[in-house]
Amino acid sequence: MTPIRIAFLGLTDAAVLVAAREKGFAESEGIALDLLRDTSWATLRDRLVYGQVQAAHMLAPLAVAVTLGLSQQPCALSAPYKLNVNGNLIVMAPEFAAALEPDTTARLNDPLATAHDFTAAIGLHHRKPIIGVVHRFSSHALVLRYFLASAGLDPDRDVVMRVLPPSLMVEAMRAGEIDGFTAGEPWGSAAIEAGLAEAVAASERLWQRGVEKVLTFRTDWMEANPEAVDALLRAMAKAALWCDDPRNRDELAFLLAGPAYLDQPIALVERALAGLIVARQGEPPVHLPDFLLFAREATPFPWQSQALWIYSQFVRWRMVKPSKATRAKAAAVFRPDIYRRALANSDAPMPGASSKVEGALISPLPIGAPRGAITLGPDRFFDGRMFDPDQIEVYLAGFERE
Amino acid sequence: MRIVIVDDSGARATVLEEGLRDAGYDDIHVVPPRGAFVARLERMAPDVVLMDLGNPSRDTLEEMLTVSRALAKPIAMFVDQSDDSMIEAAIDAGISAYVVDGLRKERIKPILDLAIRRFNAFARMQADLDEARTQLADRKTIDRAKAILMAQRGLTEPEAYALLRSSAMNQGKKMVDIAAALITAHDLLGGTP
Repeated sequence: MTPIRIAFLGLTDAAVLVAAREKGFAESEGIALDLLRDTSWATLRDRLVYGQVQAAHMLAPLAVAVTLGLSQQPCALSAPYKLNVNGNLIVMAPEFAAALEPDTTARLNDPLATAHDFTAAIGLHHRKPIIGVVHRFSSHALVLRYFLASAGLDPDRDVVMRVLPPSLMVEAMRAGEIDGFTAGEPWGSAAIEAGLAEAVAASERLWQRGVEKVLTFRTDWMEANPEAVDALLRAMAKAALWCDDPRNRDELAFLLAGPAYLDQPIALVERALAGLIVARQGEPPVHLPDFLLFAREATPFPWQSQALWIYSQFVRWRMVKPSKATRAKAAAVFRPDIYRRALANSDAPMPGASSKVEGALISPLPIGAPRGAITLGPDRFFDGRMFDPDQIEVYLAGFERE
Repeated sequence: MRIVIVDDSGARATVLEEGLRDAGYDDIHVVPPRGAFVARLERMAPDVVLMDLGNPSRDTLEEMLTVSRALAKPIAMFVDQSDDSMIEAAIDAGISAYVVDGLRKERIKPILDLAIRRFNAFARMQADLDEARTQLADRKTIDRAKAILMAQRGLTEPEAYALLRSSAMNQGKKMVDIAAALITAHDLLGGTP
């Protein structure tokens, strides 16, 4: 048995890691998997960078940021496997949300209208709203910025973004320290359940297949241990299939809710897994079938265009100076080559390309792949823009014209 | 040199603070990571910030260090990235250190060494305490099981103890588990202690 330790945060999208350990998928690949729970992204990052763990359940933008030297000690990281797509909520206090579309289903289904309502709500609010985000380099923060900017807001000027760990968001709402937040489940639902917040937007309606957590290694360790990496990816692929299967949902919710992982009520954990989101306390759930994906539609495949989308947003918000070298470094964080090598002899969906135009698919699209056809899900951004990784400057100029 | 310890465990912060004072540092402040603690920290303009690695507020602190305009000099993690062994020892001990730009390694190393020793000592103390608590709880469980056996089967205390021990040995279990099972069964059957 090869021992591998992986650091994670107590979030519903750690499901694949938990299933790999608890359902024996890691063990059957010869891996003694040890999962180490952390409560901050900084500590998870440090454990990975300084070798206390071999891999981590990491925010995709943080993996890019560490590699580019934007988050403390620079270190080349690699993400050959995506642990999920989507799975986040933007929630705001009921007093603030009162100025938005009252029908929560309509509100979630039309993020562009909601973003404009949000602008009006800021005007009615007695001060700049303070919105909790889990990290500067998180998909949550990048998508929130995108969402606000779509209605002409400047996220650095018109709101205050406060960094808080997901586990402290609900308490911060209760104490009135923040007016809303965006985080992975079960924290948005926990705040809604407590009557402290209402859902304003769901990440699957903002970017239909938005990159979220990635299985991240230190590049040097990954390259020195190809057999362990391949075995781990095979275990992940099997675990992800198990997690996506609705028949296993009850068991998965039970496992995740346990004290070693999320330590939260099973019913809350189940909401994200089932895509049944209660948008306001006491309301029947809104069905969002793509709320959180693990395996289907080649979800785990690390499209380099998605690493580049992250880079484009770093440039957009002046977190990094654009350059050819930086762009190449960012793209190289996602490693489809390792994914292909590890899963070559499995049933895992295997796209032929490594990059695509993000946001181009309005409906599911079957594509040719070396081993038979696979179907890619719709991947639109809510404002209809498309991201061509070969035309980043043109893409970014499109935002500036507004 | 101004040192700020961000910690919500009063005991650990005290252990660390005392150690630093004994070593001759006298500008030490303990800030619990609650509410607007980063604003307080910002005003203090520390040279060194020590924080428990397990504290969920580390991301909040790092964000302040990244965006603060109030700090005269940038503060980043650790001091000299070339000294990996010291950093690894700190992480093993569960401590993170943020150090103001330009502070020389010779000046920070003794602080970090001391923090590592104190954090490790505190962790050992905590582990000993946990063990002592478990032992006490175990003994209470076994005492109660003995009492049940003595009352129900008219055994003497040594006989009750011997019976529990032989059952544990026969089943390959710990005595406290056998005792707990006996107590549960007794309660389920409506027995009074």
